[in-house]
Amino acid sequence: MSAPAAAAPGGGTPPRGIPHDGGLPDGDGIAAAFRLRPAALAVAVAVTVAVLGLSVAVGPFPIPLTQILLAVADRLSLPGVHTTLTPQEQVILFQWRLPRAVLGGLVGAALALSGATYQGVFRNPLADPYLLGVAAGAGLGATIVIGGHLQAGWGPLDTVAAAAFVGALAGVLLAAALGRGAGSSPAALLLAGVAVASFLTAVQTYLVQRDSDGFREVYTWILGQLVTSGWGDVALLAPYVAVCGAVILALRRQLDVLRVGDTEAASLGLDPGRIRLVLIVAASLLAAAAVAVSGLISFVGIVVPHVVRLLVGSSNRVVLPLSALGGAAFLMLADLGARTLASPAEVPIGVITAFVGAPFFAFVLWTGRRAIA
Amino acid sequence: MPTPPYPSSPSRRPGRALLAALLGAAALLAACASSAERAAVDITSDTIADSSATAFPIEIDTAGGPVTIEARPEAIVSMSPTATEMLWAIGAGDQVKAVDSLSTYPAGTPVTDLSAFEPNLEAIAAQQPDLVVLGFANDEIQAGLAGLGIPVLLEEAASTLDDTYSQMTDLGLATGHPDEAAAAVASVRSGIDEVVKGMAATPGARPTVYHELDDTFYSASSGSFIGQLYQLLGYDNIADAADPDGSVGYPQLNAEQIIKANPDLIVITDAYSYGPADIAARPGWNTIKAVADDRVVVVNDDIASRWGPRVVDFLRTIADATPVPAGAAQQ
Repeated sequence: MSAPAAAAPGGGTPPRGIPHDGGLPDGDGIAAAFRLRPAALAVAVAVTVAVLGLSVAVGPFPIPLTQILLAVADRLSLPGVHTTLTPQEQVILFQWRLPRAVLGGLVGAALALSGATYQGVFRNPLADPYLLGVAAGAGLGATIVIGGHLQAGWGPLDTVAAAAFVGALAGVLLAAALGRGAGSSPAALLLAGVAVASFLTAVQTYLVQRDSDGFREVYTWILGQLVTSGWGDVALLAPYVAVCGAVILALRRQLDVLRVGDTEAASLGLDPGRIRLVLIVAASLLAAAAVAVSGLISFVGIVVPHVVRLLVGSSNRVVLPLSALGGAAFLMLADLGARTLASPAEVPIGVITAFVGAPFFAFVLWTGRRAIA
Repeated sequence: MPTPPYPSSPSRRPGRALLAALLGAAALLAACASSAERAAVDITSDTIADSSATAFPIEIDTAGGPVTIEARPEAIVSMSPTATEMLWAIGAGDQVKAVDSLSTYPAGTPVTDLSAFEPNLEAIAAQQPDLVVLGFANDEIQAGLAGLGIPVLLEEAASTLDDTYSQMTDLGLATGHPDEAAAAVASVRSGIDEVVKGMAATPGARPTVYHELDDTFYSASSGSFIGQLYQLLGYDNIADAADPDGSVGYPQLNAEQIIKANPDLIVITDAYSYGPADIAARPGWNTIKAVADDRVVVVNDDIASRWGPRVVDFLRTIADATPVPAGAAQQ
């Protein structure tokens, strides 16, 4: 499926960093540039693993990295390795720090991959779980379940996650339908998303205000947090990330083909409508699962894919996997900041992601002006 | 411009924590009898003498500026659960016409659906009050009531016990019960003295406390009203490390940090559906002294989040749960 590069219409070269509607760079050797190079993947994996190591090594209890590696090796029953950590240090390491870092990585990967997918599907650089009403829909669904004390769960099949998913899908489909009705410009979809998000948020706020006693647990959750203990939340989120991530990554070539145009894609034997629907469902499920475990953490879904595009180009085959890794690294770093900037107090992680994300968003708008106009 | 649709600035957190703490269930503690009811008994005997004690009109110096009250108010609207408790404690309960939806203590308050957090000017005015007590500053409501010629007393969240006393005194003057207010203040003071004296008899190192507001480890430092009550009882507060100058009041702590600080006492409120067993089940928390010694105390959220006469009950609950220092008990 490397045909699309050769089939690119001569529509001019889109600027790096902003995926352009339908246009692909022309010229020879482009097909290679559209593939994920092993070196780039290796760097991304290395950075993510290094950030994981850093997050696990930093905390109020000083535990040297070598001791951590030994303890992990011991936990994995490697022969001849015995940890010298006290039982308390092992609990800190394996029940608090590691699950929190891994959860941060999974949430970051889910939000970034979800954002990158929406951007690819809607061919809109500003599509994001927040701007499309996905997060607001997930938030409303989860609020109803938490506030109504309807929480129940069987492993990953949790009522909060299910309600969040229904809300997320309702949000994005509503935004897509409204946006289509309003025309085909990128702004139409975003405006529809803003309208849907405002509406769903209003309903949520009303519910919380009307019965602040019953909904008090929602307050903490709304603000977004990664405070977790043990592996329960990780076990809840991991299957969604694995399944949806696999579906999205398996369709990354098809998504590149769709950029050429629906007619061209159909002539290559693809069903653009069905591919888009599958991708939207997978991306919404990812975002909803992330929202269900960690609340509303903004800007990861838009910042990370854009940084990836600035660094390595706009092919979905490259952007999707690297966004997942980058999102994991970004949110683990943000959480490290949340834990350490005001230590021993915590800073809400949503503050950190938005503090980095909002100026960046403005930067993208500013530098991308030519591309959007 | 797209902005995240939810509040996420750090300045909101203390507000949220406070809000969560303030929104209480109506459950009453059996121990509530102490100061409030004692004061209420005094009232009935003093009412006649007392009504001549304040000469109206009277000007009251409140934290929000001077307020003039023309005549003894007979239709008070209290928009603050704490002020409601104070009004009953100083014997002005029968002058209260309506209270906000959360003013459920003491039993029998004229609860309405007025919201203390989202006050509605017309709904307040419809009660035709001759005095309104607010718990939060609200420029529009204050200006609106002033325009209607209705005096407003603003009695915001106390930051010290002295604030509590001066608010009770203000309310006493404003309602024509200065002597009973003075008696109620004296009753609270002596109640606190009694509890503190009992504590001073136990020698040894200062015990440490962790006051948990919710299960994401929001806490109350010594910069908060309730944190000062722990100080009064001789506690070191583990949240102070996260709020050294007391400016935050309600910092969020890190679980690892709490385990490391190893507090002697953990206090949670009944605002959430988890209890001491859930605290003990948290990974690694069984090593914390408070958990190992079974000193995880559940306090009534209304009492722990207000600054009224029931602070004495709160202090007594904490004093009863305070460990005898290991050195004194075992050696």
